[in-house]
Amino acid sequence: MDRAPRLVERIAVHAVLVVAVAFALYPVLWVVATAFSGTLTPEPRALPVPEQPTLAHLDAVVLSERVRSDGTTVWLFGQQMFNSLVVSVATATVGVAIAIPTAYALARFSFLGKASGVRALLATQMFPAVASAIPLYLILDALELLNSRTGLVLCYASTSVPFAIFQLRAAFEAIPVDLEEAAMVDGATRFQAFVRVVLPVARPAIAVTALFAFMSAYNEFILAATLLDDEAMFTLPVMLQRFIGEYDAQWDKFAAGALVVSLPVMLLFYLVQRHLVAGLSSGGVKG
Amino acid sequence: MVCPLTKRAGSRQDAGWACILRALPVLASLARWLSISWVPLVVLLSASASAAEPIRLWHAYRGAEEVALHEVLAAADVGPVETLAIPYDAFGSKLAAAIPLGEGPHLYIDSHERLGDYLRRRIVAPVGDALPPGLFDDVVRQAVERDGVALAVPLSRKSVALYVNTDLVSEVPATLEGILALAPTLPEGVYPYAYEVKKAYAHAPLLHAFGGRMLTDDDGFGFVGPPAEASLRFALDLVERDLVPPDADGGLVTNLFKSGKAAFAASGPWLAADLDARVRYRVVPLPVLEATGQPLRPFLTVEAVMLSPHGAQRADVRALARHLASAEAAVIRQQRARTVTARTDVPAPPDDPLLDAFAEQARRAIPMPSSPAMRAVWEPADRAIGKVLRGQATPAQALAEAEHRFDDVRRPPPPPASPWPMIVILGGLSLWGALVLVQRAGRPELRERLRRSLPAYRYIAHAVIAVGVLVILPLVVGAATSLFAGPAGEIEYVGLANFVEILTARGGPLLATGSFYTVLAVTLLWTVVNVAFHLGLGLSLGLLLSRPLLRLRAVYRVLLIIPWAVPSYVTALAWKGMFDQQYGAITGIILALNDALGLSMEPIAWFSSFSTAFTANAATNIWLGFPFMMVVTIGALTSVPKDVLEAAEVDGATRWQRLTRVVLPMIRPTMMPSITLGAIWTFNMFNVVFLVSGGDPDGSTDILVSEAYRWAFTREAQYGYAAAYAVLIFLMLMFTTRLLERTRGRWDRGGRGGDA
Repeated sequence: MDRAPRLVERIAVHAVLVVAVAFALYPVLWVVATAFSGTLTPEPRALPVPEQPTLAHLDAVVLSERVRSDGTTVWLFGQQMFNSLVVSVATATVGVAIAIPTAYALARFSFLGKASGVRALLATQMFPAVASAIPLYLILDALELLNSRTGLVLCYASTSVPFAIFQLRAAFEAIPVDLEEAAMVDGATRFQAFVRVVLPVARPAIAVTALFAFMSAYNEFILAATLLDDEAMFTLPVMLQRFIGEYDAQWDKFAAGALVVSLPVMLLFYLVQRHLVAGLSSGGVKG
Repeated sequence: MVCPLTKRAGSRQDAGWACILRALPVLASLARWLSISWVPLVVLLSASASAAEPIRLWHAYRGAEEVALHEVLAAADVGPVETLAIPYDAFGSKLAAAIPLGEGPHLYIDSHERLGDYLRRRIVAPVGDALPPGLFDDVVRQAVERDGVALAVPLSRKSVALYVNTDLVSEVPATLEGILALAPTLPEGVYPYAYEVKKAYAHAPLLHAFGGRMLTDDDGFGFVGPPAEASLRFALDLVERDLVPPDADGGLVTNLFKSGKAAFAASGPWLAADLDARVRYRVVPLPVLEATGQPLRPFLTVEAVMLSPHGAQRADVRALARHLASAEAAVIRQQRARTVTARTDVPAPPDDPLLDAFAEQARRAIPMPSSPAMRAVWEPADRAIGKVLRGQATPAQALAEAEHRFDDVRRPPPPPASPWPMIVILGGLSLWGALVLVQRAGRPELRERLRRSLPAYRYIAHAVIAVGVLVILPLVVGAATSLFAGPAGEIEYVGLANFVEILTARGGPLLATGSFYTVLAVTLLWTVVNVAFHLGLGLSLGLLLSRPLLRLRAVYRVLLIIPWAVPSYVTALAWKGMFDQQYGAITGIILALNDALGLSMEPIAWFSSFSTAFTANAATNIWLGFPFMMVVTIGALTSVPKDVLEAAEVDGATRWQRLTRVVLPMIRPTMMPSITLGAIWTFNMFNVVFLVSGGDPDGSTDILVSEAYRWAFTREAQYGYAAAYAVLIFLMLMFTTRLLERTRGRWDRGGRGGDA
């Protein structure tokens, strides 16, 4: 074990980290300042301090209600936050569920078509999404999944699968085969070894991959806006974009909305990162 | 002989014909997928189904306008109406995707200038009896007609007008020069006039006052010649004399007026909604230009109800459209949303001077041309204005270049080609592939391998289906679009002509601005710089955060992933604001440093030159991307076994040696996929480049994917051309990754090789 690092070194490390945090937070603080300022006079300023602090923009975003054409009122923000969370959690679950077995197969087995399969997966990441929105619309129409959260989740999950496969495959490859072999020697089938031995060890990677999938779905705007036709199903990014009109954009409300939209992700990350044990894992095989 | 499609036996001849006949519906629906403009079939199919459906109305209203719409609808008498409010950004593409398939709205509210494009795409139909005759003046009526046929029912008229800060100015001069002459009487730091100098749309009133126009009657580029040059010289003069903000966007104009830093501002009705009691103001029509004696005339937008082809067939839909345009509805809109009606028989209320002023301005405004060619005017015009105002070209030069660009975008697509060569080639390739497969299948080793692969297939089956149908299929269809050319609604098969055009830089010099090769070079530079910094920063921070005895580790981690957690379109725009030369935070920092350290650094004009604009984009993207690398590094480090490190320490390695000789090589395999993917994503990073620099200056910082976007959405919707760009991007990335795999394979010999 290393001897405890010297004080100078510890201070230096913290200094670097603090500078990095300042760099990371500075633009976001400007977003915060915009969200909470009554007016932001145009002036070159170094410090993002809200001017005439107000909660009005936050109110307008979070507490706004909508009167539907049949006269009922609905809490718009709550509804869309719910939609976003449902869709994103479902995406993470489905995406990771599809990716895990595939990644395992790629890490452990060799089979016919493996090399081309990997290349095809990588290839899907190389195509800019400019061209896929309308074909996806047509395909979902044919599958009768238009205007449904299920359809949206399937699209998001499938799009996140290739990346998830790569992440998980690397994680599985890093786990020594000896673990499963030990289990199989003890009488488990391959599948049981996979579920009981490999998956728990790979939990950090699975958690991170699920988080990535969640975030890609949570922040996505264009597919959600194109594929959904019912306001009751719109997700948060769609609501946010409504603050940008043809001629005028309400930046203050947009900023307030963006901050609120980011909170679940930050909370989620805080929860997930406890799985990222930053110690060094020890091997699980004796001798 | 059994027909494979229907499994019926019969004589050879019979089976053949019957087979084809039965296959027709399947082929028809396939053809429907491939041709977005298969409307007649769709209308036929949907007309029968839509008899009793509730009416669907789509719009992009918010706030007071939306409230007004709902009130109007509540008073309608046509049965259930479903409304859908869509963000403006997604409105057009949603209409274009849904209506040709028979989905989408029966009627929608949009601006008249889109009619030419919508007509070409066949998503709007003649309004027939929905348009009450005799209620609109000629200007408005012609705005909603194409080729003499009325395509929309006018609701309101919108344009910008002149806001006057009555705290700063007591009497409103009649001429623009008079307004500008007030500058010395205004407090320090207050502009006499604020408008979006660099935008062609906002420059148009000045152009019109000089007698020029943006588009000629025969759809040619109008922004050339003496009037246009004079207007540009005038604008340049304004900027040089510091009479107008040099680079304002709509938000800044609003902000300047709101905070009393502009005495006059050109803006629309939305500004009034944003002003509070702090600023006392009036609205008047735009002034007259003394130099020519002509008034400044802004563009007029007529907001109107449009009917989709399946909506136009229903009498109740047309009745609803009539109701939306009725006098009662106009009064409601006037009161709730303060919009100027398009009808001639509804007077402006006497107690609302704001409405009166906008109505007066609307009478003097010039309707925006609705020709599809208009769409192609903005980009060259914006670029020309930007160049002149940056002092990088004379008006004559910049406008000539703009005209050239316009003509280039508007030139006719390649001639339609026969699809037979491609069909023959593809057919031949598939046949050859099938023969090879059959041959291989015959060999026993293959069957053995297949049998042994079966367990693995159980693990991958669902992924294959999901990714195959929802990811690969759309990409293939999207890629297939690259074989077609022409604006949306008039697509023709052209074979590889799009690719030829791109690769020959459309006949111009290979390294001209905007040519494929220049943009490729910029994209490569972009990727290399970003990946280097992402990796450097992410790796270092990941290593620091993985130190065994770090206090506050969790806090640091959460704070450092914030760039990744906040939606990127918001932060990209925040960065863009920070880089504003006049009012941005970076300038604020420079000035603060000047004060603190006694320096005299100049604020940087970030978007005026390639190197600084590129740096701005890169800084934003590095900020966005390092958390990802950091998280991947942390994850990779958890799998480094302690015993190897202990062994190295026992062997006498220093910390640095342990880092570079043990840790880094061990995490490399785990990190390589993420690094590769990160590089691919950076190559295709559209958001940052589009939102931060927007390609400025003059399109030089555009990367391949943002060029493709412009071809698809800004330059006349040439989807086929944009798809060809996408295919080329894809091919290049494939080629590069294979190349890297081979070189890495050579280095990696002896270790765990790749799967290639």
